[in-house]
Amino acid sequence: MTKKNLQRLYIGLIFFFLYAPIITLVILSFNDSRTRARWGGFTFRWYGSLFQSDEIMWALFNTLSIALLSAFFATLIGTIACVAIMRMKKTSRAVSIGITNIPMLNAEIVTGISLMLLFISLGLRFGYGTILLSHITFNIPYVILCIMPKMRQLNPSTYEAARDLGASPIYGFFKVVFPDLLPGIIAGFLMAFTMSLDDFIITHFTKGPGVHTLSTMIYSEVRKGIKPEMYALSTLIFASVLLLLLLINRLPAGEVKKNQHNL
Amino acid sequence: MANLLRKKENNTFIIGSPYFIWVVIFIVVPLIMIFYYGLIDRNGNFTLENIAAIAQPVHLKALRLALWLGVIATVICLIIAYPLAYILSQTSINRYGFVVFLFILPMWMNFLLRTLAWQTLLEKTGVINNILVFLRLPPLNIINTPAAIVLGMVYNFLPFMVLPIYNSLLKIDPNIINAARDLGANSVKVLQKIIFPLSLPGVISGITMVFIPALTTFVISNLLGGSKILLIGNVIEEEFTHAGNWHLGSGLSIVLMLFIIVNMIISSIFDKTGEGNFL
Repeated sequence: MTKKNLQRLYIGLIFFFLYAPIITLVILSFNDSRTRARWGGFTFRWYGSLFQSDEIMWALFNTLSIALLSAFFATLIGTIACVAIMRMKKTSRAVSIGITNIPMLNAEIVTGISLMLLFISLGLRFGYGTILLSHITFNIPYVILCIMPKMRQLNPSTYEAARDLGASPIYGFFKVVFPDLLPGIIAGFLMAFTMSLDDFIITHFTKGPGVHTLSTMIYSEVRKGIKPEMYALSTLIFASVLLLLLLINRLPAGEVKKNQHNL
Repeated sequence: MANLLRKKENNTFIIGSPYFIWVVIFIVVPLIMIFYYGLIDRNGNFTLENIAAIAQPVHLKALRLALWLGVIATVICLIIAYPLAYILSQTSINRYGFVVFLFILPMWMNFLLRTLAWQTLLEKTGVINNILVFLRLPPLNIINTPAAIVLGMVYNFLPFMVLPIYNSLLKIDPNIINAARDLGANSVKVLQKIIFPLSLPGVISGITMVFIPALTTFVISNLLGGSKILLIGNVIEEEFTHAGNWHLGSGLSIVLMLFIIVNMIISSIFDKTGEGNFL
């Protein structure tokens, strides 16, 4: 076997390892049996009953809306943060970045617990709102991570020129700075959305009774057995994301991709 | 506000106020809360008991096991990831987006379901054992053992090892390697003297990004360890959900954070840019 083939085999094995559980879940979504231990023949019925389950639809709505809203607010705050950090001197910049990165570097369980204790002492009611606040918090560092490199590449003189020509600070920012940051902002938003969607641990500690995201719902079903509709739903989500990303990747400009290269 | 982007401290606080306020309320204060709860008892008196509780045999055993499994998982990830990152960085097309895409993509299938899928694969009568029996090989009985937990850790955190290493390998200027070759270095020497040292920030960042979630997990041990094997994460989670002793849970969290801080200090010594290399 040549070296090239050996390398291909190695990559193939690793990706098989990474994707084997996903293939398993896709197969289980077509399994005509309530338990995952037995193959009961091929069926599409979970894909139908999925949309009849109010519980699952509600959890899906919570998951998607929290991901969308938290990504939006985290991107907003993260962009402001990048502008502020750029203006700082070396020490305060290092301190700011250090503190901002805590939720990314710290253990999720500690972040979850710390937010839970905060919400308790603020007397907040645990539920949708507390999950959203937590997700915004842990998303901010990922957004900053995506935007900061773009920020560094900016030429401050273009903004100065806009101001000299009479642009207001806000107008100048949106006309001159914002377009250059946009690829980073989009990457940050997508990253935040993904992180929020996949989160379980922090949601587990900051959710209230009766409110479920898909993750917490799955976790509560572990002992009694996962509903097959859940496999169907994840397969649908996975397939649509795959399709979407393949389409984006096919676009010639591939803004996000280009941006990631610069990070 | 002559220039939004120039270094200037005076208006920075006003411009960045939403961010500063957020960071203080949702990052700094919550951490203080953990220390506050961890350092008082139920009656509100100062105590070190919650932290000293780590020395109790149950807790110590859970911490030791978590450290041990975390180290094993990190080493396995490193061994698998380095050659993989190297091969990927050598591919001529160099389509960065695509490689990242392949590693991020699994994240869109729920993390709990992906981990649970390993149950189906690893069970006594699961997929892997059916294949092994069919091939007349001895069955693999690792479900509900520490080995299954390590597998779950490697599976979940491998991308966090591959991406930073891959990233740091891509940043190496090919001219440096060419220069070394011109000066007579063979492949092994190039790897040892050029490639490995220059990829070290990526390696360190990868180690941190795998070790910390592995050390602190409670989900993987719960799903693949059959809830009999307790890691320190499980102990803390129990205290906050079922046992309801937040003070003990906070105290143990403080101990856990010490390990995290030590890990971060070590990595910041190696990774001077302080930005990590995840993306």
